[in-house]
Amino acid sequence: MTHQNSRPITLEVVREHGLSPEEYGRIQQLLGREPSLVELGIFSVMWSEHCSYKSTRVHLRKLPTTAPWVIQGPGENAGVIDIGDGDSCIFKMESHNHPSFIEPYQGAATGVGGIMRDVFTMGARPIAMMNALRFGEPDHPKTRHLVDGVVRGIGGYGNCMGVPTVGGEVNFHRSYNGNILVNAMCVGLARTDKIFKSAAKGAGNPVVYVGSKTGRDGIHGATMASAEFSEDSEEKRPTVQVGDPFTEKLLLEACLELMATDAIVAIQDMGAAGLTSSSAEMADKGGSGIELDLDRVPQREAEMTAYDMMLSESQERMLAVLKPGREGEAERIFRKWELDFAVIGVTTDTHRLVVKHKGDVVADIPVHALSEEAPRYERPYQKRPVAIGLTGETKIVPGPYSLANRDILRSLSTILSSPDMASRRWVWEQYDHTVMADTVQIPGGDAAVVRVRGTNKGLAITTDVSPRYCKADPYEGAKQAVAEAWRNITAVGARPLAVTDNLNYGNPEKPEIMGEIVAGVDGIGEACRALDFPVIGGNCSLYNETNGEGILPTPAIGGVGLMADVHRMATIALKRASDAIIVIGETRGHLGQSIFMREIQHTEAGACPPVDLATEKKNGDFVRKLIEDGRVDTVHDVSDGGLLVALAEMALAGNIGLEVGIAGETTESIPFFFGEDQARYILALPAERTQDILDEARGHGIFVTALGKTHAAKTLRVTDEGEIPLSQLRTAHESWFPNYMASEEVPVTN
Amino acid sequence: MKSAVVVFPASNCDRDAAVALEQVTGNKPHMVWHADSEIPDVDLIVLPGGFAYGDYLRSGAMAALSNAMRDVIEKAQKGVTVLGICNGFQVLCESRLLPGALMRNAGLKFTCRGVGLEVTETQSVFTRKYDSGQRVTFPVANGEGNYTADDDTLDRLEGEGRVVFRYAEGENPNGSARNIAGILNEKRNVLGLMPHPERVCDPLLGGTDGRALFESLLEGLG
Repeated sequence: MTHQNSRPITLEVVREHGLSPEEYGRIQQLLGREPSLVELGIFSVMWSEHCSYKSTRVHLRKLPTTAPWVIQGPGENAGVIDIGDGDSCIFKMESHNHPSFIEPYQGAATGVGGIMRDVFTMGARPIAMMNALRFGEPDHPKTRHLVDGVVRGIGGYGNCMGVPTVGGEVNFHRSYNGNILVNAMCVGLARTDKIFKSAAKGAGNPVVYVGSKTGRDGIHGATMASAEFSEDSEEKRPTVQVGDPFTEKLLLEACLELMATDAIVAIQDMGAAGLTSSSAEMADKGGSGIELDLDRVPQREAEMTAYDMMLSESQERMLAVLKPGREGEAERIFRKWELDFAVIGVTTDTHRLVVKHKGDVVADIPVHALSEEAPRYERPYQKRPVAIGLTGETKIVPGPYSLANRDILRSLSTILSSPDMASRRWVWEQYDHTVMADTVQIPGGDAAVVRVRGTNKGLAITTDVSPRYCKADPYEGAKQAVAEAWRNITAVGARPLAVTDNLNYGNPEKPEIMGEIVAGVDGIGEACRALDFPVIGGNCSLYNETNGEGILPTPAIGGVGLMADVHRMATIALKRASDAIIVIGETRGHLGQSIFMREIQHTEAGACPPVDLATEKKNGDFVRKLIEDGRVDTVHDVSDGGLLVALAEMALAGNIGLEVGIAGETTESIPFFFGEDQARYILALPAERTQDILDEARGHGIFVTALGKTHAAKTLRVTDEGEIPLSQLRTAHESWFPNYMASEEVPVTN
Repeated sequence: MKSAVVVFPASNCDRDAAVALEQVTGNKPHMVWHADSEIPDVDLIVLPGGFAYGDYLRSGAMAALSNAMRDVIEKAQKGVTVLGICNGFQVLCESRLLPGALMRNAGLKFTCRGVGLEVTETQSVFTRKYDSGQRVTFPVANGEGNYTADDDTLDRLEGEGRVVFRYAEGENPNGSARNIAGILNEKRNVLGLMPHPERVCDPLLGGTDGRALFESLLEGLG
């Protein structure tokens, strides 16, 4: 379908562009006339939720975004932190939810490609990828097809790029049946004095287009990402872009080669809303104007209109502003890499975005109308009551759980083989996680760790959120997501430095959903402030609803931390057969929203575990110091599933058995072993060091318990409860995913 | 020992190979662009892993026709040592420097994991520092690593001691015929293997089993 520039603009056309009548009135006012169809298209993408953050902007402003080590906070293509010695770490997480549901392979692949461009457009070489994936319930007819496509898509793109995919999350829940979430995070490395930004400063500078040719793919992707799905959403498949990792790899190398010169004034990738958003945002940030001549845009198809070109989301393209006279030098580099290169415009001092096509001016818009004049809404919101109950007590007492299956080893085995807790090996073995030869902690631990090439420094990376907690309590759940990211980074021995947030929610025009968003942002802000863990970038994905059904609130947190010496990194794997096992942090037996309640009792009930941020910080700082000082090398944070699940993961990772028993005055095994109280870490260490560490912890006012010891037998033994061979647990843990994916394919009609 | 690493568009283990070579030999390799018609005068040419030309045709098919490969073929025939890792192995098969072909993995999925290998031939410039039958672990990371050839060729490879690495029993990650992971050409100066020795040259990366391959080359080529 091609759009004619001359199509008359009716209210129907305005609605098709995802704009309200009021918004259209505002456009007329800003222009002082009727917009052309090209202009309407430009406004529709720039004012879409995806590009303008119109529902969330007033709330996002409340997030903490600064720290002495933050070089670039939100507002650029990605955030930047200082990691010392002239090095910077550049990272961001972004969603590609809607396209991935419609076409999982290409949707996920281009999500990976897009976030990589956000990072390398700033001058960084991508060194690690993560992803946070949520699918519908396993027996939903589409789930297997979506899991398969998304995982292959992520691998297909990332593997070809030669950037290791080092970890992430996969969850299943019926709320994602019609709206899966594909959030991809890219972490890159740059020299601090070679960071590139997107401000197109100055007039008379050439605007150059590099990368792939422009086709008609992805037209209106940003608008699609800003609306709810309905039954006919699969008809939107033509709006999903097609990825070409080969071209992206060339683009990466060519950009880095050009960046080694000083020819660039500004550079930005063409992501959502392609040529439109890249040119408008660059002019806006540079306080300049841009004039584009679309006849010079490299085109893949014949007869493309101005509308098609301005709204295309063809992948693997970049827009750069060069210093005058440097075009030849830049062209030589891009030609060497066999990429398209064209000077398509010039910066001006008019503060206007002017677009010419076939001799006509087809758009002429003041830049501020697309940026600061974009609507921002204080949408009405309503905070619903939070779930309560099953919170545990200081002295654990029997509860309703005691009526059910009391065989805790059988429950453990069931939990370890449940869809959300089973090993993700099937997934991450399809990702090249060791290319670049710097992955010092592969998937399966608390955080992935990649070495900074040529140094002993390591970057610890994690993505976290427990959507079921956020459903029970959007504020505490969001706090918990940040705390868990912080804890996972701490558990490998790194200092948590900053986060990127990917806020996945339903329709913000519904007050109760807006209430979840506001509470979520508040929770993130509160936790990030308390933990000195600023937000340096992120992305909102709203309207994740199908036929009026919203997803669980899912504010995914991507965290990055730094360790000075990767040789001291801790891992979850047990290492010696006579270590003492201790737990830092208090076990109160909080079963609300626990995996135990869901998988064994089949109820998603109770309050989510509250996070005491001061305790988090105190406990985490203590554990990190032990690792940094080389006194502890085996640590696992306690999260989903509680103590016994964490212990089993440690035993399986090291193939070393252990014996533990209930410690302290508590007597009730289920809340003790399966409660999901926060701020806890399990440590395994040579027995002779134990007493000192217990004393020190208590000296710092930290709750600490000796839980048991590792042993030579390949079994997991719980005192007074029995034992189970590790081989049996391993089979339970490892078999769910491959069996599920190999089982009878339910035919999908598309 | 002087070495060169050929960089094809979308090679992606070129830097890893360079790091391993420098670590073990002390010398930085020349990085040679695929469009160049001449490889410098070196003792060892490495064809690295990756997705040359996107591997959109058959893996390695386009790269086998590049300018640089014309010279690699010539030099290999004159006896220069050539090591092809992963995509490099695919390029070697496509350019007929090695027999057989690498097909899609039997499981149809890209697979990245450490696999146990047996060093089945130590009479080579690539493996002289290993013990015969030594068990090592290298990672594989490929979607098309399923080595295949006709029975006569396989018999010949085995009979002439040209199967250098085999997947250990039960570890074959891709369905390769006779568990073959790496083979030599007739003159024994060209080795292609799917697993990545360059990723296991550093204890921090989970092992140093790959070092002996580069140390063998250093010892053999000076």
